[in-house]
Amino acid sequence: MIFSVSAMLILTLLSGLPCFAQDIERFPPPDFDSGYVFPQIQKPLPRAEIFQYLDVVVLLAALSLASYLVYRRRSRQGIFLLTIFSLIYFGFIREGCICSIGAIQNVTLALFDESYSIPLTAAVFFFLPLIFTLFFGRVFCAGVCPLGAMQDLVLIKPISVPPWLQHALRMLAYLYLGAAVLFAATGSAFIICEYDPFVAFFRLSGNMNVVILGVSLLVIGLFVGRPYCLYLCPYSVILRLLSKISQWRVTIGPIEDNCIQCRLCEDSCPFGAITPPTPKEMPAPGGTDRLRLVLLIALAPILITLGGWSASWAGDAFSRMNFTVRLAERIALEDAGQVEGVIDASKSFREKGLSKENLFEESFRVREQFALGGWILGGFIGFVFACKLIALSLFSERSEYEADRSECVACGRCFSTCPQSAKREKKIDAASSA
Amino acid sequence: MGESRKEMNRRSLLQDALRSAGLLGMGGAFGFLIGRAQAQQYCWQIDPYKCIACGNCATYCVLEESAVKCVNTFEMCGYCKLCTAFFDPAPQALNTGAENQLCPTGAIIRTFLEDPYYEYKIDESLCIGCGKCVVGCKAFGNGSLYLQVRHDRCLNCNECAIAVACPSEAFIRTPVENPYRLKGKNHSA
Repeated sequence: MIFSVSAMLILTLLSGLPCFAQDIERFPPPDFDSGYVFPQIQKPLPRAEIFQYLDVVVLLAALSLASYLVYRRRSRQGIFLLTIFSLIYFGFIREGCICSIGAIQNVTLALFDESYSIPLTAAVFFFLPLIFTLFFGRVFCAGVCPLGAMQDLVLIKPISVPPWLQHALRMLAYLYLGAAVLFAATGSAFIICEYDPFVAFFRLSGNMNVVILGVSLLVIGLFVGRPYCLYLCPYSVILRLLSKISQWRVTIGPIEDNCIQCRLCEDSCPFGAITPPTPKEMPAPGGTDRLRLVLLIALAPILITLGGWSASWAGDAFSRMNFTVRLAERIALEDAGQVEGVIDASKSFREKGLSKENLFEESFRVREQFALGGWILGGFIGFVFACKLIALSLFSERSEYEADRSECVACGRCFSTCPQSAKREKKIDAASSA
Repeated sequence: MGESRKEMNRRSLLQDALRSAGLLGMGGAFGFLIGRAQAQQYCWQIDPYKCIACGNCATYCVLEESAVKCVNTFEMCGYCKLCTAFFDPAPQALNTGAENQLCPTGAIIRTFLEDPYYEYKIDESLCIGCGKCVVGCKAFGNGSLYLQVRHDRCLNCNECAIAVACPSEAFIRTPVENPYRLKGKNHSA
């Protein structure tokens, strides 16, 4: 007992010494007389690789099935069932990772950082839905994306959002995409994953702030259709663009050119994706319209520069998301005596005895990247803004109600509302029974 | 009618061209990225030589009960009677009473082997990955205790929440073929 207490005393005295840098064999492992054998360390294996290929197969199957249901069967019920399947498989079974939205960052990081080698599944999850979009429009959103599924299922009483608000809110998605690419390219953070609002539900555990974000989005989603998809989702920015040139597009009725302009479909769409026909009697294109277009095009470079300039100021604030920048700043502050004490990160850095010059150099390099990245991000936002203004002032003629290529998520809600398609089905039924 | 059909043709031609360009571009990017990658999957692991056992692993994991647990490389362990990973720095008495243990959940099982050696095993069902014992073992022992991501629990998030919070950049992406970073007998690695 006396031995042990004095030993403890010595240990307490010793405890100020920094012994972290290296392990020291203070007590040589004993030679056992009793024939004791060292127990093995258990090494439970990660999920087998074959299951990741299974995910790819399921993704391909789900995308194909979604396209089939939207274009051949034209069945809202089928799409609904597929939605539930995707929510269960990609959401609750796969617990939300990896998803196509987050894969944007893996692809970005792989493009900018040669030392990062992208997992095959992440690459496939990024590219495969895009390829499907080029042919079939946003069928990925319709029935495969678990985040979309979650919101589609809670939509009970849709209200219509005024178009000006829709256009304004949609800019958020571009900003989110730009920021996500900037942070991923500089190797700072994967913000899409960090702020994924629904992944906490899929895992049934998660960060409280993100859970609050998710719950609020779901509550909003009771009334506003798919708020995340429409106003935030960075992947939807790419899908929107690609579905503008898709080979086929979602049509409300089975045949075009027989619209009776009953507006039933327009009311059935909770996402405001159905655009009405343009009035028959249009004023002849006058001088003011052309002048406006010219002005807007002239405004574009100004908007781009303005955006770049304002975001370049934010670049420095953004760079604090980077670990190296934060650490370098902390070390510099500690050295200058402007802060008291150490934090875990600076303590660890000092114990490792790494060179401060290298750290500051690295931090400077990252900050320069952010300064440039801020310009590009701001310029991009300015460019998007200018494009939006130009697109809003352009005019294209439509003779009937149709689903907007880029807005339509192919949910199929409007299919059964079209009286023309009901009439056609009746005729087919009558013909087949006769 | 003829005029508008011409317009339609021009538009669809443009779309076809853009679509083909898009397909080619994406195919090229995919091939480039996959060709450069070693087509391998990654999982998260802790480099025990960088880890400072700050305790973030216990709280930042997205799982309620962290996927990080303590492991003991028995070949390195000193089998000390007075284990500074097991006992509180100021114990009431040197026995296995809860008040004398450093581990907040009593996850270290101390078994008498032969005088004066004791075996220390981690009960993983109790371990929360706080790293208190790791600090004790590193400071005064051989450093045979350290934290590892247990892959039967880890969800392998695209970005590990603990890695974001790690103050010493100890979290690294490791190829799944070799998912652990275990300390060995030759521990100056």
